[in-house]
Amino acid sequence: MKTLADLRAIKEKAKQELASREQTAKYRLVVAMGTCGIAAGARTVMTAIIDEISKRGITDTIVTQTGCLGYCDQEPLVQVIQPDKSVITYGKITPELARRIVAEHIGKGNVISEQVFMQS
Amino acid sequence: MHRMHVIIAMDPHTIAQGARSIKDALVKNLELAGLSNEIKVVETGSLGIYNKGVVLVVFPDGIYYTGVKIADLSEIISEHLVKGRVVERLHYRDIPEESRAEEKAPRFGKQLRVVLKNAGIIDPESIEEYIAQDGYEAYGKALTEMKPADVLQTVKDSGMLGRGGAFFPTGVKWGFAAAEKAKEKYIICNADEGEPGTFKDRLILEGDPHAVLEGMCLAGYAVGATMGYVYIRGEYYMSIARVRRAIEQARKNGLLGKNIFGSGFSFDIEVREGAGAYICGEETALIESIEGKRGEPRDKPPFPPSVGLWGKPTIVNNVETLATVPQILLKGAAWYKSLGTESTPGTKVFTLVGNINNPGLIEVPLGITLREIIYDIGHGIPNGRGFKLAQLGGTTGGILTSEHLDLPFDLVNLRSIDAGLGSGALLVVDDTHNVVELVQNFAEFFNHESCGKCTMCREGTGRLVELLHKLTSGCGAESDIALIERLASAMMKSAFCGLGQAAPVPILGCLRYFRDEFTALAQQKRQQIPANA
Amino acid sequence: MPDLSRIDEIVASYQSTKSPLIYILKDVQKEFGFLSESVLTQVARVTRIPLSDIYGVATFYSLFTTKPKGQHIVRCCNNAPCWVNGSEEVLQKIKEYLEIETGETTGDGTFTLEFTSCLGLCAVAPVMMIDDQVFGNLTPEKAVAILRDYKTKGSANA
Repeated sequence: MKTLADLRAIKEKAKQELASREQTAKYRLVVAMGTCGIAAGARTVMTAIIDEISKRGITDTIVTQTGCLGYCDQEPLVQVIQPDKSVITYGKITPELARRIVAEHIGKGNVISEQVFMQS
Repeated sequence: MHRMHVIIAMDPHTIAQGARSIKDALVKNLELAGLSNEIKVVETGSLGIYNKGVVLVVFPDGIYYTGVKIADLSEIISEHLVKGRVVERLHYRDIPEESRAEEKAPRFGKQLRVVLKNAGIIDPESIEEYIAQDGYEAYGKALTEMKPADVLQTVKDSGMLGRGGAFFPTGVKWGFAAAEKAKEKYIICNADEGEPGTFKDRLILEGDPHAVLEGMCLAGYAVGATMGYVYIRGEYYMSIARVRRAIEQARKNGLLGKNIFGSGFSFDIEVREGAGAYICGEETALIESIEGKRGEPRDKPPFPPSVGLWGKPTIVNNVETLATVPQILLKGAAWYKSLGTESTPGTKVFTLVGNINNPGLIEVPLGITLREIIYDIGHGIPNGRGFKLAQLGGTTGGILTSEHLDLPFDLVNLRSIDAGLGSGALLVVDDTHNVVELVQNFAEFFNHESCGKCTMCREGTGRLVELLHKLTSGCGAESDIALIERLASAMMKSAFCGLGQAAPVPILGCLRYFRDEFTALAQQKRQQIPANA
Repeated sequence: MPDLSRIDEIVASYQSTKSPLIYILKDVQKEFGFLSESVLTQVARVTRIPLSDIYGVATFYSLFTTKPKGQHIVRCCNNAPCWVNGSEEVLQKIKEYLEIETGETTGDGTFTLEFTSCLGLCAVAPVMMIDDQVFGNLTPEKAVAILRDYKTKGSANA
């Protein structure tokens, strides 16, 4: 360690790991992982999301999961939750679409409206 | 990147309840389920939940599970970790007032975590996680932007008082060593925690070891030392291992060694193990022990900041003191001064033990009252029993009774009733216990731990045990009570070190408030003792 | 006759440590089980520290022993936080079960019973330590069950 900058570089990297333990994140990405969701491919969606977030070095987002949302025909479902905003639920998500959600919605704040199944 | 973290508290309390095997089983089950890349298992120090078996916390949900057995793991994995459904039968909602970061303090009632801000949050075996929580930032700033004198001045301005028990101003102590002209100076972290009822240092060492190391580094820079020693009690196996590991990581990252941050400052740290001697918590006895000798206290003056380890200027600071220093440097002296009370700034870590519903480790700002600690944080006394007395600060601590329940804790208030904060142990005793038997237990402890160097302590503690035993076995007389008082006050005046001087404190305290129980035992003899006894 | 040459190796391994006597004695005790006169004499010879000083250190610290001990060392805490939670009854029961007093070793050489100073486990008081394992929330019955396990299986689950 030669400079303060070296220290800060380690800090930024470690923060990303820790971010998932913070409950103050800007975005919360929820993948529905009921039996129906998993059967519809929610696991590969989850893997894609984790991979994309990691690649982009996003730290203000946590990825979590929930059980069946009751819309089994729309699975895999992904929700984007922001404090004080309505919950956006995307339906029929593929790994490719999942990566787009990370890039567009999380990265730039743009909702991918054609994939929105429900807004509540 | 992991989508979930499962935190498992790994402290001696939970290990005693099987945490180690649960963790191994969890890691293995996650591997089998193919979830190792998504879910990270993190060991932390104590989470402040005791007596409830093995504790897991699942983040980001923040769900606490207690009493977890190996047989429960498959359900936790398949239900919660895969499907996101909380396993209600293990879900623990009565989360103790333990805050995970001081900003979140309001959520956690009366506690305020400064020293313990990382304990239970970060992986103590990962230097990266410590760095992520602003770790070593203060050290980096000090070395690149501040002169040693500035660091010293900040600590002085904060008004911080040493947390080892004597509450001597830390900055003043450092100033003595800084003023000495010597090529070699040493920083010692006193981690010889052994005061009955105290385990705060152990949980800091095991939950956030790098904070202690960073504090030592800053002390080293401020006074111009080149070497530091962490003297850890021999029985604290896990603390020794964690600190050793932290030192290795710090060396590997160039935070210990030569020319740190390119500043020209060099500093290294080594662990020294104790071998089982209570007296080595006394700073000069500790120094003797590091020198490989019997841990007998030295004559003072000269004090260690002038003549210490191997005859060189030496600072001996407590674990809690050192772990606080980085935050004072980061947030400023004024911030620290704003916590606590005027005479005693900052927070204090207490260990709450004895007859109490919710025992454990708490950190609160000074100014808190005994009632708040026992009834709000400690959830009161078990089995509907009444409060008899509390002993504050360890076995040499003063005695508090129900008349002191609303006294705000700080040095001035406590001194007015012959008590002090000491080690921070708060022993609560319910009204089923006889005070003379309790005092006899204290006396036996001192007799066992007296190092034998001076007559007053070696013989005095032994005679106290005999006199108290006479009373509790029904063979005493009222003249014995007077003798106890005379002996106690003689010891306070003439014993060589703090042990012998302080040993009589709780005995005289109990006599002051519960004299009738001593007298009752002394009189009982005449009524009951049979002729052949 | 134990092989005293190991002592030379142990001392040599601490060549770069300043004032290493306590570490040396810890390792030597681990090697030989206890610090006998012949062992301490050899340490004195190799380190060139007077035997009287070494004996002083070996008898000062409670983790050192100059007498042989049982296969398992049972350390009971009886400090005030354990005491107010019933450690006295636990200790009494352990003494009855092992048929020894504190400081003694059972006839079959299985257990040595000792006091320990506070282990800092007061939140699960009363506690005892067997070798390096800790056991908390003890009752007289639980303590005996643990000792019985050690007797028959050589270990116990907390």
